[in-house]
Amino acid sequence: MADLKIIAKGAEADIILDPNWNGKKAIIKRRNQKKYRHPMLDENIRRIRTIHEAEIIHRAKESGIPTPLIYLVNPTKAEIIMEYIEGTKIRDIVMTNNDEENTRIFYQIGIQAGKLHKLKIIHGDLTTSNMIKSGNRIVFIDFGLGEISEEVEKRGVDVNLMKKMLTSTHYLKQDILLSAFLKGYVASMDEEAKEVLDRAEEISKRGRYIEKE
Amino acid sequence: MSPFLCLGIESTADNLGIGIVSSEGIVLANEVKVHIPEEGGIHPREAARHHSENIGEVMNRALNKTKLGIDDIDIIAFSQGPGLGPCLRTGATAARAISSYLKKPLIGVNHCVGHIEIGRLTTGAKDPLTLYVSGGNSIVSGYESGKYRVFGETLDIAIGNCLDTFARAAGLEYPGGPAIEKLALKGSKLIPLPYVVKGMDMSFSGLLTAVYNEFKSGKYELADLCYSLQETGYSALGEVTERALAHTKKPELLLTGGVGANKRLRDIIKCIAEEQGAQPFYVPINFATDNGAMIAWTGILAYKEGITTPIEYSYVNPKWRLDEVNIPWRI
Repeated sequence: MADLKIIAKGAEADIILDPNWNGKKAIIKRRNQKKYRHPMLDENIRRIRTIHEAEIIHRAKESGIPTPLIYLVNPTKAEIIMEYIEGTKIRDIVMTNNDEENTRIFYQIGIQAGKLHKLKIIHGDLTTSNMIKSGNRIVFIDFGLGEISEEVEKRGVDVNLMKKMLTSTHYLKQDILLSAFLKGYVASMDEEAKEVLDRAEEISKRGRYIEKE
Repeated sequence: MSPFLCLGIESTADNLGIGIVSSEGIVLANEVKVHIPEEGGIHPREAARHHSENIGEVMNRALNKTKLGIDDIDIIAFSQGPGLGPCLRTGATAARAISSYLKKPLIGVNHCVGHIEIGRLTTGAKDPLTLYVSGGNSIVSGYESGKYRVFGETLDIAIGNCLDTFARAAGLEYPGGPAIEKLALKGSKLIPLPYVVKGMDMSFSGLLTAVYNEFKSGKYELADLCYSLQETGYSALGEVTERALAHTKKPELLLTGGVGANKRLRDIIKCIAEEQGAQPFYVPINFATDNGAMIAWTGILAYKEGITTPIEYSYVNPKWRLDEVNIPWRI
């Protein structure tokens, strides 16, 4: 217990490394109380997001999308204890990667995002900070805003967020990254992709003051 | 470049503002006149009429304050967008007239950039993540490689619009935001209302509909509704702000816009800044609401970079986004 170490302080939760959780290296994701939120509102948000996240991670893993293995869920403490993933966040390697490697990675991300959607899973926070390159696998983490749905609207929001992320954070390489992502997405979503991409486009235009044709 | 003076005209919505600022960043005058609708919200045509009727008086007030004549002004800046078309055009027309009559350079300024720049000037924040919340905008942004990038924004109405509309529907006095804040202090019961955060964006139209429906149902005290509306809406703003702060790792957090005067929201911002190890800054209220000084100061920053707006490109752009504007003075 003494060796617990906070390795990341996210906006929503602390990510704590337990080097020896029953003999395994594990991550504890603890949604901390937000002092700025009303306690009732805060408790509801944290409890519901914890349960949902565990369910969704499990569901995705069961269907072959790389996600951390869940060891334990504690809704009242808003904690999930899960497998530690060795590797680097995609966000941190985009700038140093060559175009070929980025194309491969973002194609793979697109494939996996499409697979999630096929499984009726919405990630809810599809950003490059929430993906870890571990060996040749891209592991999706942080399903904290995820939900089960096959609504085109929600799929569109997912895709739109990825696009926004590329234009706000990785704008120098946004064209390459986006086209690889979309190619992968279309490859795994097949005929369902078009409707989602059209919706994503429409959603981005709902943003204020975007040029409408 | 020797010191010079800029006159800034702000006429985006219901505030008509004239500011005079020196190139060293000293605000010499910052006069504002507010259009108060007789009923309902801002009618763009009525507000524009108010501005055209009053711009001479407000400009004289500003000049008198500085004991300067109009000839002493070196450059003219105006709010070119985003905002209400008729209101923007009134300010732009005045700016063009003065500029061409005096043969002084004209600079069109983005209103949202103006808010951020006057916030930096008046608080001393250098590289803040900014939460800009007003009747027309709810934007979380930060500077990154030449532009103010938008990390999160409302997908529909602004938080101030949500508050004002509810206040009017509930029969509260003008202005709505402060009336809700006052009443919320007497509330204590949290009524479930939609808390909508989509990725890094928020949405307040459902919140407005829900709180209005609960009001009409007659089941709740108005104070509790005001309390719950603030708690829910501001928490969503807080969450998006915190996420963006954690993502960008900016060392400073700046709160601006008219809604930034709200004490509950200020507490939330302070709490988030502490949590994320950033320093909070609150823009003084006369510089946080729409004003001419922010336009004048941003005009100065642009002019120092050699930016001017030729008359033929000085048409207003009611939908000019914050993240479209190049910010060469921060490169």
